[in-house]
Amino acid sequence: MSVAWIWRLRLPNQPMLRHLTLAISGGALLFVLTTVLSSFNDYQVAQIGVYAVALAGLTLLTGANGQISLGNGAFMAVGAYGAGLLLAHTDVPIAVALLLAVAVGAVAGVVIGIPASRLRGPYLAGMTLALAVGLPSMVTKFSSVFGGDQGLSIAPPTPPNGVDPERWLAWIVLLCVVIVLVLLGNLMRSRFGRAFRAVRDDEVAASLVGISVARTQVLAFAVSAGCAGLAGGLFGLTIGGANPDAFNVQLSISLLAGVVLGGTGSLFGVWWGAVLLVYVPQWATSVAGTLNLQTGQSSNLALLFYGVVLVVVMLAAPGGLQGGIRRLTTLFVDKVRAGIQPSLPSTEGEHT
Amino acid sequence: MIVPISSPPTPTFVVTSSGSEAAVSRFLDLTLGGVTYGAIYAAVALALVLIWRATRILNFAQGAMAMFSTYIASSLVERHVSYWVALVVALASGALIGAVVERVVVRPVERRPPLNAVIVTLGLLVAIEALAGIIWGGSLRSFPSYFSQVGLVVGRTRLAFSHFDVYVVCAVIVVLLGFVILFRFTDVGLRMRASAFSPEVSRLLGVRVGRTLTLGWALASMVGALAGVLAAPKLFLGPNFMDAVFIYGFTAAVIGGLESPLGAVIGGIVTGLSLSYVGGYLGSSLDALGALVIVMIVLMVRPRGIFTPIAERRV
Repeated sequence: MSVAWIWRLRLPNQPMLRHLTLAISGGALLFVLTTVLSSFNDYQVAQIGVYAVALAGLTLLTGANGQISLGNGAFMAVGAYGAGLLLAHTDVPIAVALLLAVAVGAVAGVVIGIPASRLRGPYLAGMTLALAVGLPSMVTKFSSVFGGDQGLSIAPPTPPNGVDPERWLAWIVLLCVVIVLVLLGNLMRSRFGRAFRAVRDDEVAASLVGISVARTQVLAFAVSAGCAGLAGGLFGLTIGGANPDAFNVQLSISLLAGVVLGGTGSLFGVWWGAVLLVYVPQWATSVAGTLNLQTGQSSNLALLFYGVVLVVVMLAAPGGLQGGIRRLTTLFVDKVRAGIQPSLPSTEGEHT
Repeated sequence: MIVPISSPPTPTFVVTSSGSEAAVSRFLDLTLGGVTYGAIYAAVALALVLIWRATRILNFAQGAMAMFSTYIASSLVERHVSYWVALVVALASGALIGAVVERVVVRPVERRPPLNAVIVTLGLLVAIEALAGIIWGGSLRSFPSYFSQVGLVVGRTRLAFSHFDVYVVCAVIVVLLGFVILFRFTDVGLRMRASAFSPEVSRLLGVRVGRTLTLGWALASMVGALAGVLAAPKLFLGPNFMDAVFIYGFTAAVIGGLESPLGAVIGGIVTGLSLSYVGGYLGSSLDALGALVIVMIVLMVRPRGIFTPIAERRV
């Protein structure tokens, strides 16, 4: 009596099939989860989903393509204001508004990505940091359009009869997450994904085999910013509005912390990062409560945590959580397989 | 508590009689204001350039470290310690913070890919700002300027240039001269240049490269702290008050090409003037975007800055 058959179960090798299998099973699991959870927890699931979309875009850019962006918080603002303005002035369905959020995010990504493709490392980080600091001031400058410091209010999506609004929100967000993860998973496995990684690893070698380095980098920026735009649109739906304070520099750096902690370049890792981005502020609030800190100190505590995480992970475990887990499971699975069926070839590849 | 980043206020104007005369005096005021802010940006840029030359790392935590030192000075001044003692303590604390940061967190990532160092210094930026918020609270506080901030009077017009502004500009010039003397005429400066130029050879020749790097970070952070103390009376002191100043300092350093201290100072003045004109003629809320546009244009035209000779990108 052995459980050896479990280890022979494998996901399909064809990427689209594999990602769809994963997406459908994962999506079904999450769907069941949302029906069990309370409406408050459903709201948190929606928040986690929003961050997962944003982190997926950033991890593609930073992990797979080796470019750093501190401007993804600003791209989220672009998406949120795009979707918010469309919903405020027309009666289009939410799906159209979210598509617009993707589009305006991607366009902003191309605009920033073209100069960015000439820049490396610290220069790029500095330029995108300037974007993150500077963009919110646009909102106050053109306050007649963007509503100034007060921002826009976005009506939450109206659920069909009998569905809890928070649950409906969670479903919308999770559907977007699943679509984004499947598309990005396929993209990473396609020739574009290979081009991303080739450019990251060696630009000269990549251009020698016929890859246009600049075009690849602009494409990565556009995809990443499109994801950020979608995340921004969803963010607007979850908090019911868009205001300049929500998209500050700290948001961009928190996103980077989420990506680094999850493990740069790993699409599974975005879940770790997203869960942390939602739960760390809560944890900080309760710690601030027990320490009798002033109100408002809890967000500082969360930021302190993110900062320390960025430093410690980079010093101690640059692969992040998912990298550590991958190392452990590979070790474990190899041991079990070696015990059961020594001849089984190890086809452990990169997770998507 | 997250405080919205304040952009430096544009100088207030004393409007005189006729239209063209007013336009001229407005231009003069904007220019003088730009020079003062430019001097502060130049100090930040100098700190960035020193660290970049020595370790090829852009220290994103420079502004945050300066902010921390400025808070230390502010707490001293509130306890009725003299301004000059507080300034010296701020500079010393800046040097200490720089040395500790280099030894503890930067040294291990020096040989890793550049992205790792960027992420580490960004982590420091967030952590230091959050720590300052926890220690001193998020509310903005004023910082004494020691010298009067009322504009000097020349003839019958009051300029947008005060005693304090003179002090700011002079302080930055003194620092620049100090660095020229250090690098050109002293043994320590020669060692610092050597270890930046070729660490291996310097080590073989008996230079303690590690110590030299720590010293470089300490000096740079001292200059950063000076920038913080000079900027604080003009802006308000808060955990995020150096964010925008850092961006402008980065702009200045990029214009100078991140390599040359003189380029950093000229870049600082150019940035200060451009932002002052943008703020004065187009609206002050666009300052940070103005900096973004300047950086983008400079990097598109001369990716390695204006004051460095064009070189191939190292592969």
